[in-house]
Amino acid sequence: MPFAPIQTPLSRRAFLGSLAAIVPLGLGQQQDSLAGRGATGTLRDPTALGRSRQPTDTRENSAEIQAIELQLACNCGCTLDVFTCRTTDFSCTYSPALHREVLALRDQGKSAREILDAFVQKYGEKALMAPKPKGFNLWGYLLPGAAVATAGIALAAVLRRREAVQREPEVIPPVSASPDELDRLKAALTEVED
Amino acid sequence: MTLLGQFALWVAFLVGLWCVAIAFTGRWRDRPELAASVVRAVYAILGCLVVASLALWKGLISHDFNIEYVAAYTSRNLPPYYIFSAFWAGQKGSLLFWAVVLSIFASAAQLLTPRRYTHLMPYVAGVTSSVIVFFVSVMLFAANPFERLAYVPADGRGLNPQLQNVGMVIHPPMLYLGYISITIPFAFAMAALLSRRLDTGWIHAIRKWTLVSWLFLSIGITLGMWWAYVELGWGGYWAWDPVENASFLPWLTMTAFLHSVMIQEKRGMLKRWNFGLITGTFLLSIFGTFITRSGVIASVHSFTQSNVGYFFLAFLVVAAVLAYTLLHTRWALLEAEVRLESMLSREAAFLFNNLLLVGIAFSVLWGTLFPILSELVKGTKITVGPPFFNRVNVPLGLLLLGLTGVGPLIAWRKASAANLRRQFIVPVAAGGVTLVLLLVAGMRDFYAVVALALAGFVAGTIGQEFYRGIRARHRMHGESPVLAFARLIGRNRRRYGGYIVHAGILIYFVAFAGMAFRRQQEATLKPGESVEMQSPFGHRYRFTHMGISQYEALNRVVSAATVEVTKDGRRAGLMTSEKRQHVDSFKRPTFEPSTEVAIRSGLQEDVYMVFAGAVNGTEEAVYRFNLNPLVWWVWFGGLVLVFGGIITMWPGGGPVVAAPRRKQAGYQVELAGTGAE
Repeated sequence: MPFAPIQTPLSRRAFLGSLAAIVPLGLGQQQDSLAGRGATGTLRDPTALGRSRQPTDTRENSAEIQAIELQLACNCGCTLDVFTCRTTDFSCTYSPALHREVLALRDQGKSAREILDAFVQKYGEKALMAPKPKGFNLWGYLLPGAAVATAGIALAAVLRRREAVQREPEVIPPVSASPDELDRLKAALTEVED
Repeated sequence: MTLLGQFALWVAFLVGLWCVAIAFTGRWRDRPELAASVVRAVYAILGCLVVASLALWKGLISHDFNIEYVAAYTSRNLPPYYIFSAFWAGQKGSLLFWAVVLSIFASAAQLLTPRRYTHLMPYVAGVTSSVIVFFVSVMLFAANPFERLAYVPADGRGLNPQLQNVGMVIHPPMLYLGYISITIPFAFAMAALLSRRLDTGWIHAIRKWTLVSWLFLSIGITLGMWWAYVELGWGGYWAWDPVENASFLPWLTMTAFLHSVMIQEKRGMLKRWNFGLITGTFLLSIFGTFITRSGVIASVHSFTQSNVGYFFLAFLVVAAVLAYTLLHTRWALLEAEVRLESMLSREAAFLFNNLLLVGIAFSVLWGTLFPILSELVKGTKITVGPPFFNRVNVPLGLLLLGLTGVGPLIAWRKASAANLRRQFIVPVAAGGVTLVLLLVAGMRDFYAVVALALAGFVAGTIGQEFYRGIRARHRMHGESPVLAFARLIGRNRRRYGGYIVHAGILIYFVAFAGMAFRRQQEATLKPGESVEMQSPFGHRYRFTHMGISQYEALNRVVSAATVEVTKDGRRAGLMTSEKRQHVDSFKRPTFEPSTEVAIRSGLQEDVYMVFAGAVNGTEEAVYRFNLNPLVWWVWFGGLVLVFGGIITMWPGGGPVVAAPRRKQAGYQVELAGTGAE
């Protein structure tokens, strides 16, 4: 008997299922990709990218704005600065808003210092990535260095005092050894010394 | 299986209590069968915790979404290796992971410790079991991994996308291994205090454990930096985040301990300091756990805020009070055998090294807690971010780097002027030449210049030590330089392994200095449009946006943005950064869309690209481009450090071999004969 392929009737559900498997998600929202040709195609599923972005221009990416935003803390709880947060956590709505505030203040002709001061006035000191070194904050900046310096000076003083009162070193009688023997000894010690 | 897991936890808890009670009452001293029972209890606890762990893994693998933990951290379409790693991805599972790993270490300590330390082992069992009992009690009374829901969800929530990275499969276990293994040296220290056997025995018993712990911490921290770099997308690897700081603190004090313990071994000094340091290291590991799990300080790495923080705080306070009280009661027994003789000695250099390491630890702790302090004192919240930590810690770090080069150059006991001249001339010249070259090259960033010049000095020290060792072997045994190099390390692994570790640290510093020159830029590009950047090394990069494609993967919808990169006019290749919308098995979104960065890593610099999003649903894309100098060297430095650490702890070749040889060579005779070293 000649071999014949087994024919099985395809149910309607199975047919639709297999059709669904080969048709990409979101039928009717095909991507109009014109990649690399200068035109802008539309995406098949824009929601998969989260919040839509606004185009950025050269001014808002300037080194000056970046330098200001690197000193300002985002208040979304991310512990990042405004520039890093707005270019990293794309679900954050705080850092883009803070960025717009920076731009608005810059447009008013305010200097970097004045912009930082304006943020502190509006949001409190937590708006800065590092507290200003004055008042109680000085403790924050100076205590670790001062503690290490004090401990270092104290340690050095103790060691110096001990050196001063040190007894004469115990005299170990010299041994007769030729320079060659001493050289070999030195080499051996270099090898084994910790 | 959850019932079995729950039951196993209870049995572990009760057996642990038995072990602690018998160990600390000291009844076992007259009754060997009780001593044996204490040790056997450690193995019994391990058995129970292994059963509990298997029960949890069974729940994870079989998608038992009735278990709250399984439903919270996995989904049906989660890749199997992330189902495996979900065990430690959440608060409750990681507590069990901690307990079972500590139990493994506690059993290994009982099994592997030589018989001459038998007198310490019941106390060691008592201390390790106390910590295990604490973790099990947190699970039983506050964060039970076997807690069941009142219903069975059709699918779980899945794993946080940022944890779906190979780094998260290995980074947390490594860090946990580091944190957890600190308990073993701490337990030996407490055992020595309790038994009043305060000779260097306990130090010899814990040498390997200390190194293992330090090594795991180092690997864990480096992997954490790598994970942050490739996954979090902010373009760097260290942000002085409280949780990062929490892992760094015990590493610093452990490093100090590894140095100061050498002074105790060689000269019988710093006994009290060493007990204090190892206790502090253990407490800092618990403090790190408290920070990570309490939510008391905001961090991107924390677990969800929960009440387990109070448990950890209470444990921290109780452990600190008990340990330091015990140390206080033995204070008189811990008198130094000899006194430090000179400022110009290796002992003094190690002391200053310890001072700096502990000073940096204090500084990091201070900065981490300063927001809380400020709120308490002033009533206002402040942010303490990288600018603060850099300003306070970079000078201390540079001093430490300098001492890394100074320590090995100074003789033990007392260095003569001739010794100093002979030892320092090459390293100082190396540092000086580096400094001049940097200034001639036009580098003006103060800290970067100092860091690189000091790196030159330290490299000179390490190079000189190796050169002299090789030369000595060549002269004595006629070995070729390669053979002499290999044997030099093999015969004195501790010393030369240590130098390799120093080389790793030096490479870290050089790489960290590189980040001072990073460039970053945001750009909005339509397909075909380009943006140009110049790197600190002078290379010109051109990024041309090719387009965005969307497709479905196992548990996510991927939007991939591709950029063609040219470097100095030559095509360097394509880079693709993704935005991922994770979905459960019913195609329902589970988390906010996450970003996968694209990185082209090179010896000079990394090109780091982040696809921020699309403009109004079109292929017009917003990118951030970073040019990060010398990042590759961070990972290489980590490898060198780990390699050196492994050499240092490799069995044999250590001081046990060196000591008799030194005696044979007539150490004192040579001292008298040459009057110097």
